Amino acid sequence: MKAFIRKQGFLIDFTLSSLMRRKGKNIGLLIVYGLIVFLLASVMLFSHALRKEAGLVLQGAPEIVLQRMVAGRHALIPADYLDAIESIRGVAGTEGRLWGYFYDPAVGANYTVMVTPDYELSGNEVVIGAGISRIRGVAEGDFFSLRSDKGKTYVFKVKSLLDSESELVSTDLVLISEKAFRVLTGIPEGRLTDIILKVRNPREVQKVAEKLVARLPDTRPILREEILRTYDSIFAWRQGIVFVLLLGALLAFVIFAWDKASGLSAEEKREIGILKAVGWETGDVLRMKFWEGAIISFSAFTLGYLAAYLHVFYSSAVLFEPVLKGWSVLYPQFDLVPFVDGLQLATLFFFTVFPYTVATIIPIWQASITDPDAIMR
Amino acid sequence: MRIELSNIEKIFNRGRHNEFRAIRDVSMEIAPNRITCLKGASGSGKTTLLSMIGCLSRPTSGRILLGERMISGLPERFLTDIRRHTFGFVFQRFNLIQGLTVLDNIMIPAYPLGLDHGELKRSAKLLLKQFGLERVSNNPVQWLSGGEAQRVAICRALINDPGVLLADEPTANLDLKNSREFMELIGNLSESGKTILMTSHDPLVYESPVVDEVVEMHDGQIMVK
Repeated sequence: MKAFIRKQGFLIDFTLSSLMRRKGKNIGLLIVYGLIVFLLASVMLFSHALRKEAGLVLQGAPEIVLQRMVAGRHALIPADYLDAIESIRGVAGTEGRLWGYFYDPAVGANYTVMVTPDYELSGNEVVIGAGISRIRGVAEGDFFSLRSDKGKTYVFKVKSLLDSESELVSTDLVLISEKAFRVLTGIPEGRLTDIILKVRNPREVQKVAEKLVARLPDTRPILREEILRTYDSIFAWRQGIVFVLLLGALLAFVIFAWDKASGLSAEEKREIGILKAVGWETGDVLRMKFWEGAIISFSAFTLGYLAAYLHVFYSSAVLFEPVLKGWSVLYPQFDLVPFVDGLQLATLFFFTVFPYTVATIIPIWQASITDPDAIMR
Repeated sequence: MRIELSNIEKIFNRGRHNEFRAIRDVSMEIAPNRITCLKGASGSGKTTLLSMIGCLSRPTSGRILLGERMISGLPERFLTDIRRHTFGFVFQRFNLIQGLTVLDNIMIPAYPLGLDHGELKRSAKLLLKQFGLERVSNNPVQWLSGGEAQRVAICRALINDPGVLLADEPTANLDLKNSREFMELIGNLSESGKTILMTSHDPLVYESPVVDEVVEMHDGQIMVK
C-alpha cells in the first residue's frame, strides 16, 4: 500500500514537472479553455440567477390574476365581479387593481403606473422607481409630470423613491392615488384593470381557476405558476441567443481541443517511448497523462467559473446585460443574489472537462500500447 | 543470465508494398557476465535485434529465451516487468528527457516501483558519484556535454540494478577520449557481474580488449561469430 501511494506521488510529481516543461503551450491552453468556461458559465449563472430572482419576487405575487377578455383582448373588469368571486369556495381574499403603461416621449421610456393601498398618497403625490429617478433626474421632493389620455399634463410631487433592492420589478414603476389614476387614464368608477385573488389551499389554485371561468366566462385567470413558466422560457430563449452568439468561440475551442486530442507531438511520443522503455507500464503512462489533462481542464474550469461568478454577481454581468435583461430603455440596476445551482455546475463540468480529458487520453493510449521501439523511431 | 535466440525473424510492414525483412533467421546465444558486441554496417539489423532482445519490440517469428523463460510471446505487462528489472538501456541518442534535471532523469525508471524517495535519491546520488557526475546532478540534461549525457544514460540504465545492460551504438556521439572512457566503464561493469550487449560499427568498441565476443551482422543475418 505504501509503495502504491509513493508511486502515485512520483506520478503526480512527474506530471507537474511535465506541465512546467511545456509551460507556454499549457498556459495558452489554460487561457483559451478558461475563457470558454467563463463565457458559458457567465450566461448560465446570469440567466439562472435572473430566473431565481424573478421566482423570489413572484413568491409574494398573487396566486391568481383575473382579467376580463372582450373579443380576445384584455378589457376593463367591472368592480362588482369582486362579490361574485368572493362567493367561490376556496377564495381567501380579493383585491381590485388599477394599473397601466405610460409612454414618456421625452426619454423614450415606458412607465408602469399603478394604484396601491400601501402608500397613503394624496391626489398630487407619486412614488417612483429608481430607474425613472435616474432617467428623468428627479429626486424626492422634485416634481414629475404625466400626460393624461386627453392630452393634459398633470404635475405630481415625488413623495419618495422605491427601495433599490426591489429594482428588478420596480425600476419603471410609478405609484399614484386612485383618484389621480382615474383622471389620467379616463377609467370610470366601478371599473378595474384586473383582480387579484388569494386561494386558501395552494393545491386548489387550478380548481379555483376552473370555477372562476365557469362562473365568469368572459374572464381569464392567470396563475402564478404560469407567469413563472413564462419567465423561465423568456430567459431560456435569451440564454439560447447568447449561446448562438458564442457558437464561434465554442467552435474554435472544439477545433483547438480536437487538434490537441488528435495528435501528440513528436517530442511527446518520444517521451512516452522512453518511459515505456525504462520500465513504465502502459497504465502508468496513461495515469500520468490523464492527470496532466485533468489538471489543465480542472484548473481552467475553476478559474473560468470563479471569474464568471465574480463577473455575474459582483460586476453586474457587464458583458451580457443588454441581451439577457431585455431591451428596455430603463435597465434595472441591481445586484443579483449569489446563487450556484449544483446541477448546472455539474452539467457545465461534464460538458467541458469530461470530453477534453477523454479526448486527450485517446492518442496517448494509442501511443502507449505501441512497442517502445516503434514510438521512439 | 543466459539469453538464447532461435530462428528470429523481424518483418516490418508485413503484407504491404513496402514490406521489409530486417532480421532473417537469427539464432545465437549471449553468454552471461560477458561483453558481447553486435558489429555491422548501418542497416545490418543490429539495433532491431537489440530491441527485440530488450523487449522493446517483438519478433515476427522465432523464440527468445531469457534463462529458462521464453519472453518472445509474453503479454505487454510481463514485458514491462522484464524491462524494469532485467534490462538497462543506453540508447544511441541517449534519450534523456529534456527539461528535467540529471537526478530526475536517473530516478525515472524507479518511479513505478514506489521506493522510498530518500532511499531512491541516495541510490541515484551514489551512481552519480561513481560516474563523476555529482557536480551536475541538479543541472537540466540539455546543459550536458555528449560524454556527460551518456554517463547519465548509463546511470539511468543502472538505477534498478538490472542484470543485463544493452547499449545501442554507445560511442556514435562521443569523441575519442569519451569513447575510451566509456569502454573502461563497460569493462568495470562487466567485472561487477553485469551481462553487456552492445551494437557498434566503431572499431574502438569491437576491437576493444574488454569485449569478450563479437558477432558480425550483415543484411539481417549473422555472418561471423
